[in-house]
Amino acid sequence: MLRDIFYFLIFPGLLFAFAGGGFLSWFDRKVTARLQFRVGPPLLQPFYDCIKLFGKETIIPADSAQGLFFLSPVFAVAGAVLSCVLILLPAFGMTSGFAGDIIVVFYLLMIPSLSYIIGAIASGNPLAGLGASREMKLIIGYELSLLLVVAAVIMKAGHSLSLHEIIAIQQQQGAFIWSLSGILLFIVAMMCVQAKLAFVPFDIADAETEIAGGIFIEYSGTILAMVKIAKSVMLLALPSFVAVLLLGGLYFYGIHIFWSILKILGVVLLITLVRNTNPRLTTGQSMRFFFIWMNLIAVVAIVMTYIGW
Amino acid sequence: MFHFAGASCNNCDIEILDCLTPRYDVERFGMLLVGSVRHADVLLVTGSINKKCRTRLLEVYNQAPKPVVVVAVGACGCTGGIFAEGNTFAGPADKVIPVDLYIPGCPPKPEAMLAGIVKYINK
Repeated sequence: MLRDIFYFLIFPGLLFAFAGGGFLSWFDRKVTARLQFRVGPPLLQPFYDCIKLFGKETIIPADSAQGLFFLSPVFAVAGAVLSCVLILLPAFGMTSGFAGDIIVVFYLLMIPSLSYIIGAIASGNPLAGLGASREMKLIIGYELSLLLVVAAVIMKAGHSLSLHEIIAIQQQQGAFIWSLSGILLFIVAMMCVQAKLAFVPFDIADAETEIAGGIFIEYSGTILAMVKIAKSVMLLALPSFVAVLLLGGLYFYGIHIFWSILKILGVVLLITLVRNTNPRLTTGQSMRFFFIWMNLIAVVAIVMTYIGW
Repeated sequence: MFHFAGASCNNCDIEILDCLTPRYDVERFGMLLVGSVRHADVLLVTGSINKKCRTRLLEVYNQAPKPVVVVAVGACGCTGGIFAEGNTFAGPADKVIPVDLYIPGCPPKPEAMLAGIVKYINK
């Protein structure tokens, strides 16, 4: 029990995930700045931002459902941290203790988006409501594609539902990405991660220029800090999830530490590059993108996995 | 920072956008333009404040989570400029809300804005 609380709160839970995610969000901002020939923010900027937000006034709008509005970022942080713990525990060589954890992680990764929607609807702001409806449509779009990727990975791993075993199988046979179907799955997974993080081609839900922050428009102070923490933890959790599923897993001992960090940084770098070279899609375009193209690629990859390519 | 444009001639607004460009890059100091005033720590006010936008400025200020730094940018924002004796003029920004930092100029150069902001941070 005590050990579980330690896992959740300190390592590899809240504290570690926030430190790692904060570093990754700095990395993302810095790479963006360098791509635009700017200098970019200092290393500790994401942490300064969060500490500053904790010291600010928290406004709860008068016509909002106040409890839900306040609680939904807390749920978002809890879901993000739990999924991060379950993804990273096998990477540190500790089994998380049950067989179907890949399914649990898949659902836990959805909790932050769901709680953003609930919080946005509870805030009573029409622009937030618009953002919530867009986020909902986006979830309907990408969730099936991500599920197909997970299903294909499970098939590749010989119908094993445990992240620990998936990593172990990749250790013996080489990473899943080194096959034709693996490359296709990687493309689909990257697009789903992009949408889950709400980065630019798929940032319709919090489009700053059209709906002024969308689902997060009414958040301020401490609860905005919670939202930021959840977002940066997701920025660690999702690339780790991709690395565990397709890139051969993460190991944190010896020289493997270097490779694992390189894998995560590489995935984040790809996400940042896609984000900086694409315009925002409309809701219909992004749904079509996932429903038709990504699902098609994922189904082709599953068939190829079945044949054995 | 959140950008409130009063009855501005848009010149200051364009110079503010210059601060975000590669040449000046205000993100070096950790500043980003945000879409919602609830996320803002800095409220930029440009242009002369007339009777119409006075109430709106007050409303935006009341919506911002405190502590918030108000920066009056440009001659019109600081003093009213050439509009100070106008019919519809409702006082420069500091008559409506407390202003922390004045950046004069018509329009102020991006260097002047950055210098003002850095001086305020180091204060």
